Amino acid sequence: MSIDTTDIEKAALLARIRLDPTAVPELTERLGNILKMVDQLQSVDTSNVTPMANPLDATQRLRADEVTETSQRERFQAIAPSTENGLYLVPRVIE
Amino acid sequence: MHELTIAEQLQGLARKQFSSEELTLHYLARIERLDATYNSYITVEADAAVTAARAADQARASGTAGALAGIPIAHKDIFCTNGVKTSCASKMLDNFIAPYDATVVTRLANAGTVCLGKTNMDEFAMGSSNETSYYGAVLNPWSTDCVPGGSSGGSAAAIAAHLCAAATGTDTGGSIRQPAALCGITGLKPTYGRVSRYGMIAFASSLDQGGPMTRTAEDAALLLNAMAGFDQRDSTSLDSPVPDYTATLHDSLDGLRIGLPKEYFGAGLDPDIQRAVEAAIKELEKLGASVKEIQLPHTQLAVPCYYVIAPAEASANLSRFDGVRYGYRCENPKDLSDLYTRTRAEGFGEEVKRRILVGTYALSAGYYDAYYRKAQQVRRLIKQDFVDAFADVDVIAGPTTPNPAFKLGAISDPVTMYLEDIYTIAVNLAGLPAISIPAGFAAQKPVGLQLIGNYFAEAKLLNIGHRFQQATDWHRRTAPGIE
Repeated sequence: MSIDTTDIEKAALLARIRLDPTAVPELTERLGNILKMVDQLQSVDTSNVTPMANPLDATQRLRADEVTETSQRERFQAIAPSTENGLYLVPRVIE
Repeated sequence: MHELTIAEQLQGLARKQFSSEELTLHYLARIERLDATYNSYITVEADAAVTAARAADQARASGTAGALAGIPIAHKDIFCTNGVKTSCASKMLDNFIAPYDATVVTRLANAGTVCLGKTNMDEFAMGSSNETSYYGAVLNPWSTDCVPGGSSGGSAAAIAAHLCAAATGTDTGGSIRQPAALCGITGLKPTYGRVSRYGMIAFASSLDQGGPMTRTAEDAALLLNAMAGFDQRDSTSLDSPVPDYTATLHDSLDGLRIGLPKEYFGAGLDPDIQRAVEAAIKELEKLGASVKEIQLPHTQLAVPCYYVIAPAEASANLSRFDGVRYGYRCENPKDLSDLYTRTRAEGFGEEVKRRILVGTYALSAGYYDAYYRKAQQVRRLIKQDFVDAFADVDVIAGPTTPNPAFKLGAISDPVTMYLEDIYTIAVNLAGLPAISIPAGFAAQKPVGLQLIGNYFAEAKLLNIGHRFQQATDWHRRTAPGIE
């Protein structure tokens, strides 16, 4: 599968990364080379193979739905770029 | 003092030949004097280290010392350290003071180790040369115009230059073993889930595994004893007993069956590395092992498989860096979208952005089955190769890397760089343990012998490594020019 600049721009939008327009051609070429290498995967028949998500085929461990951690909001918000009254501040979304 | 192994330093401390404070000050002085050359540390915690060393000396005097009391180590800057900058070698986290300790950091502190500082690495552990660090490349102590390997390149270089007794590393596709090989040290990647990932900044969660980087297999056993074990804070941590990894170090290798994958000795392998690795295997035969050729037929698909799965998981894991809760935020965002997109464009380096974009693309609507599902299926085939092989052999041996340390800036094409991990990546996909130990030289640069074990066979790998190191002195060699 080949990749073009539209695919790159769409992926960048989904990933929330602003692209420098002048860098897009080189990025397209490099990602195209990576995907060309990845396309070797298509050479093998996997029709009856179960996908493997965990090396030990482990499943998610669950625990009782109980409060086990204490609130450390002030401590964690001390390293935030901008907070007020216990809230994280971002640019206004709704006028 | 810096030439001693951890096992020897523990003896020296126990016999009061020197104190932890003296040992720690000695390493701090070396870092101060020498690390401007290697750039192996991002952060040095001199005051905290001296305080911890004094506490270790007191614990030793009062008989309450942990197993590693007073041993100065360093942590890869991917492990969160409470109150200390934890950057992951990224501009994104240049201002991040971790508000808690990773489980590995807690466990090693409980064992009495002294943390000298945080080591340099490839940004978010994405790289095989340590050249993607926001803080600049690390230089290989064996040849300062060469890379130390990556992503745990700072840890490997710091050990090789004797700027710490040992260090932690993480291995997602070879990031402990490849720099260990290129810097002439010992590095162990444990079975997936053996060492807790809690507080270890996530790259590819189904592949990431922390482990020890040391001078010797014996030291690796000492460190792994402290690091390994169940952690309820890591949802993929293994709840199975941890043996004493030092107890079986001296076991005989009589009857050990070693498999040599023909795919690991083919085209692309540097002939000097091949010679060194074959000589190392001969040494293991002298120690009682037998060898047989085996096949890992899907080897060539490991790198392609990895470069779908790892970027896909990375694209999800790195979505948390949004400029809202911690880390870098762009100047004067005009709206929320601008805040996200500019923060991430400015905060991440080029290789990290490439991998996020590849992963996002592979997971996007219309491509999921062709890339991600397909890669997960191939991943099972790769694992099955190993399962089949271990029906006949106890351990698999081969080179850790196809080439010795290469020159800084020599590899600019990402795909060429990715292929440097051709012998290490399949191990992560399968979740197996593997160790790289020093096994000679190629053009005056260190060569690593990789031993891959079955699930939970860390003790066997350390046993083989230790016996090999009893019979050879490659691990005792110090780079020319190191004081």
